[in-house]
Amino acid sequence: MHRRGVGAGAIAKKKLAEAKYKERGNVLAEDQIVQMSKQLETFKSNLEEFASKHKQEIRKNSQFRVQFQEMCSTIGVDPLASGKGFWSEMLGVGDFYYELGVQIIEVCLALKHRNGGLITLDELHHRVLKGRGKYAQDVSQDDLMRAIKKLKVMGNGFGMIPVGGSYLVQSVPAELNMDHTVVLQLAEKKGYVTVSEIKDSLKWEKERACHVLVNLHQLISGHRGLKKTTTFSINSLTFFF
Amino acid sequence: MDRFSWSNGLLEINETLVIQQRGIRLYDGDDKAKLDSGVALLSTHRLIWRDVKNHECCIAMPLSQIVFFEEQAAGIGKSAKIIIHLHATPANKETGPYQHSKYSFIKLSFKEHGQIEFHRRLTEEMTQKRWESTPASQPIPTATGSQTGRTRAVGIVGIERKIEEKRKETDKNISEAFEDLSKLMVKAKEMVELSRSIANKIKDKQGNITEDETIRFKSYLLSMGIADPVTRETHGSGTHYHMQLAKQLGDMLQVPLEERGGMMALTEVYCLVNRARGMELLSPEDLVNACKVFESLKLPLRLRVFDSGVMVVQLQSHSEEEMISSALDNVSCTIPNIMLTLTRFRRHAVLDTHLRKMSSHSRETSRFNALNSFRDVFGRLLLLQVSDKGSLTAEEFAKLLGLSVLLSKERLLLAEKMGHLCTDDSVEGLRFYPNLF
Repeated sequence: MHRRGVGAGAIAKKKLAEAKYKERGNVLAEDQIVQMSKQLETFKSNLEEFASKHKQEIRKNSQFRVQFQEMCSTIGVDPLASGKGFWSEMLGVGDFYYELGVQIIEVCLALKHRNGGLITLDELHHRVLKGRGKYAQDVSQDDLMRAIKKLKVMGNGFGMIPVGGSYLVQSVPAELNMDHTVVLQLAEKKGYVTVSEIKDSLKWEKERACHVLVNLHQLISGHRGLKKTTTFSINSLTFFF
Repeated sequence: MDRFSWSNGLLEINETLVIQQRGIRLYDGDDKAKLDSGVALLSTHRLIWRDVKNHECCIAMPLSQIVFFEEQAAGIGKSAKIIIHLHATPANKETGPYQHSKYSFIKLSFKEHGQIEFHRRLTEEMTQKRWESTPASQPIPTATGSQTGRTRAVGIVGIERKIEEKRKETDKNISEAFEDLSKLMVKAKEMVELSRSIANKIKDKQGNITEDETIRFKSYLLSMGIADPVTRETHGSGTHYHMQLAKQLGDMLQVPLEERGGMMALTEVYCLVNRARGMELLSPEDLVNACKVFESLKLPLRLRVFDSGVMVVQLQSHSEEEMISSALDNVSCTIPNIMLTLTRFRRHAVLDTHLRKMSSHSRETSRFNALNSFRDVFGRLLLLQVSDKGSLTAEEFAKLLGLSVLLSKERLLLAEKMGHLCTDDSVEGLRFYPNLF
């Protein structure tokens, strides 16, 4: 008996399997990819139309930016993931936030030797605005926070610590534990904190208070050369020792 | 401007600071006031302004004076402003910088921006009216609402109407924008769901999806900003775009890296590259994904992540030195083992550099022959450098060799592990000494 050409048989088998698969109502992934490609083209032109009508709105209106970001996150889309993304390219949201990222890094770097990598969101806001100059567009604190969230992927310890009603922005890799956070919050009230204050208000022993202060200073400044930390101020973010 | 009174600027009990903004110039109506550079402070009870040059010059106005306020967008050569319309002056108002004004509104000009936040907080405070529920300890002259009916300044009604119209139009624009945006989002959501379905099928290996199709799919995800952990596992985060980027980075970073001892923090690279580009900037993720493909593209750069979480881009030669050191560190100290390990790296130019350096220390050459491990020699090279100076900290070592502090610290610690150096950890810092024990 002649053997049927292996090629023909295999192809026929495959076609049969595909047909059965389709019968069950499942669409093949390859077909879906083609479908997605078409939908993408349509979406791209819709987005272009949207951009031509409303691009200014996004640029000028910070409230609109907030809403836009929230809508994106609800459906599972990150408009800032890549500079090559549609959102970024056509709406210009990308450049706005990526440039803000650069400005944030530069401010933090410039002040690191003075404040050890911890800065209040308010001060960061002021300095970034100053650096942007008179004719640049205004940025809100929400914009700053979104930019900082993106910077985190570069692993350099960017983070935001809630303190009081606002945030501290951290730009050095350091992990602050509960003790540290509590002392920071205490320091925020008056602008500085002393060992005796910690002992009085938190009811800690002297060793624990000293330990946390020294640790904080270490974590923040990266130096282990320390004579004696008795106070450390947070509002102007200078350290007394 | 005649609604303001002189103040010492100190907050009363129960009064809290809400926001402050530098770079504020005041206007009496449409006229520029002499008070042209100061800090505006918004508290729960008052609006305060303090001159930046002369701190004694400080004025305040209770928030109850405010009828309403509006934003004026910036223009060419003009800063953005907030226009605040005011009630008539109350009878018990204390003296201030202006005895009389023909205007019943003032403007705050934001020369250093910050108007968005200020406007937001002012809106909050004017809505909450916290001054009514928590009176400050000292009596602050307040304007009561009953006066407004009769003594409202002329023209406010017309202005209010205009503002209302403008607000309606802006609202219309925004709501149209939101409508269009919502329609877009519906379509985007469909695509997110479609992509999830595709990703699942790829994961379950259903159908016959080619490599090409998968790569194309990944670029679709990139365009839409959809994260996909599934294909990331099998094919990495890179796309053609990232490979192109990686090559560009390879060219662009060679010189800067050499100037900085072979290593740069990723945030530094981000700033450098984006400042150079000017527009069409890279996202942080773009940069990370591009760096991840350095090795597969055989570019002379590597992405490295330290335990602390710091990410750096390193010249490949540096990475290799460390690879060799740590590889040697993990084998036991016999000649065959060492030689076997080294043959893995025989093509690496960095080995020759080490051997050359070592033979230049003639005192050690004879001992080199007798020494039974390359590892020892590597450590001893460091030992010589440290002994030469007596002792070294990581910072001093870094300066000596033109290395980054991170890298020099790693090498010193490695030598300590090998037993060539010992350390003195004091309050003055971590200092490395030759190990004489």
